[in-house]
Amino acid sequence: MKIRETATIISQECLCEGIYSMWLATGIAGSAVCGQFISVYPNSDSKLLPRPISLCEISAPGDEQAVRIVYRVAGAGTEEFSHMSSGDKLDILGPNGNGFLAPVKEEITADTKALLIGGGIGIPPMLELAKQLRCNVNTVAGYRSRNEMFLTKELERAGRLFISTDDGSFGTCGTVIDAVNEEHIDADIIFACGPKPMLKGVKELAGELGKNAYISMEERMACGVGACLGCVTASAGIDDHSKVNNKRVCADGPVFLASEVVL
Amino acid sequence: MTDMSVNIAGVELRNPVMTASGTFGSGIEYSEFVDLSKLGAVVTKGVSLTPWEGNPTPRVAETYGGMLNAIGLQNPGIDTFIERDLEFLKGFDTKVIVNVCGKTVEEYLGVVERLADTNADMLEINVSCPNVKEGAIAFGQDPKALSDITKQIKKKAKQPVIMKLSPNVTDIALMAKVCEDAGADAVSMINTITGMKIDVNKRRFVLANKTGGLSGPAIKPVAVRMVWQAAQAVRIPIIGMGGISSAEDALEFIMAGAAAVAVGAANFTDPYTTVKVVDGIEAYMKDNNIKTISELTGCVR
Repeated sequence: MKIRETATIISQECLCEGIYSMWLATGIAGSAVCGQFISVYPNSDSKLLPRPISLCEISAPGDEQAVRIVYRVAGAGTEEFSHMSSGDKLDILGPNGNGFLAPVKEEITADTKALLIGGGIGIPPMLELAKQLRCNVNTVAGYRSRNEMFLTKELERAGRLFISTDDGSFGTCGTVIDAVNEEHIDADIIFACGPKPMLKGVKELAGELGKNAYISMEERMACGVGACLGCVTASAGIDDHSKVNNKRVCADGPVFLASEVVL
Repeated sequence: MTDMSVNIAGVELRNPVMTASGTFGSGIEYSEFVDLSKLGAVVTKGVSLTPWEGNPTPRVAETYGGMLNAIGLQNPGIDTFIERDLEFLKGFDTKVIVNVCGKTVEEYLGVVERLADTNADMLEINVSCPNVKEGAIAFGQDPKALSDITKQIKKKAKQPVIMKLSPNVTDIALMAKVCEDAGADAVSMINTITGMKIDVNKRRFVLANKTGGLSGPAIKPVAVRMVWQAAQAVRIPIIGMGGISSAEDALEFIMAGAAAVAVGAANFTDPYTTVKVVDGIEAYMKDNNIKTISELTGCVR
């Protein structure tokens, strides 16, 4: 059940240059699942459209209802969010999208080797997923360089963490796929979120291993709820809802089985 | 008692507030937020004879006080639309206006015929989408083509016909008059204004389609002016839209001459906008002792 409400910011901190972490008190936490996102509305009247931001953490049942978003300042809207602090109000709508676990619950047992791959600002949704998975969790996080790393401590607590950096200043020098190969990480199932070139690499990796990869995608959105058809991604077959080779990232995704989308 | 009902071509609407085509789907997604029975009408996203793929992404971009879209009329085609979308709308006590699109006159007529025995209360003919290469706007920018297609659709249509006009013309009053003379029951305006946004860092167009349709508060003064100009030229009802996000905005259109109004891009900013506009118009009428909405229609001359 989606709700739109004015949420109060519990806390906000800068994790590294351009990356911010914000906890919001919201009833959305009650029904949200990992891999979903919320629409965050700038307060400025000149900005009409909400910013879709994935959930990095969801408060545990019983605790105060809250969600954590970790976002990159990418334009004027996220810039506005980054200047806000504890006690400030933000309009949000959610939870949106499908999430990671609904389609795979049956196939994951305690022995399953889950490989979680996050690249850059695609890393945050991997944290809640790592926390919720009750199996062998290996996470690979890819950053540009050592001084742009974030969420590493939390990810380490939620599983085994491997790191790659583009410039080799920490961990494997190269891509997340290079790290998987270098560390010989085996997987029964893969979850990933990051830039499209990375997702292409993940899809290839899954093909080589003969395993399923569930990838979380990003696209420019307007409504965020599936009505406007702004944020489609090409699908391998005719989609049941659209009747063409397009799926809605906001409503049919953002998580897709890699084999069902064309990257 | 305030009476908010309006009559458009014999169809009685509970109030003058509708959704603008393409911003609300068929209401399925937004029904989680809005009781569709509170709206004067739901205007559906454009539907064509066969499924349309639409344009490549990015399809949307934000601009100052507005947004650009170049969806390209992606839709599942009339068969799925009738089975799924029109069936869904049967569950609500609101009027249903189906937006019809096509690449040729024959395609428009095909959709109109398929809708004849459905629960569609009115047809809105999209001859003004700026984002598809064939058809659509080609009919809306040429008076002769507009007249021809209006006449042909009127011959086939079982429901009242609303022609949706493009603002991307020199003389909007002329286009409205052409529709009236060709037998249209109403006109709706404005569709989006063709625009463009460039990413200076990438030195590229932001939209894959290069151009897109501008909507949102940024276009409202243009839309109000065009509704006023058309209202001076025709006697058929005008459905006004373009940047409406509050009751005050809606009242501007009504006072300029619109019999009804539609909320578009503002649905993305706040899904409750339509209902807030209905409530705000009612409050204005009570505060100003206005008994029927028609007292306000075109009151500024």
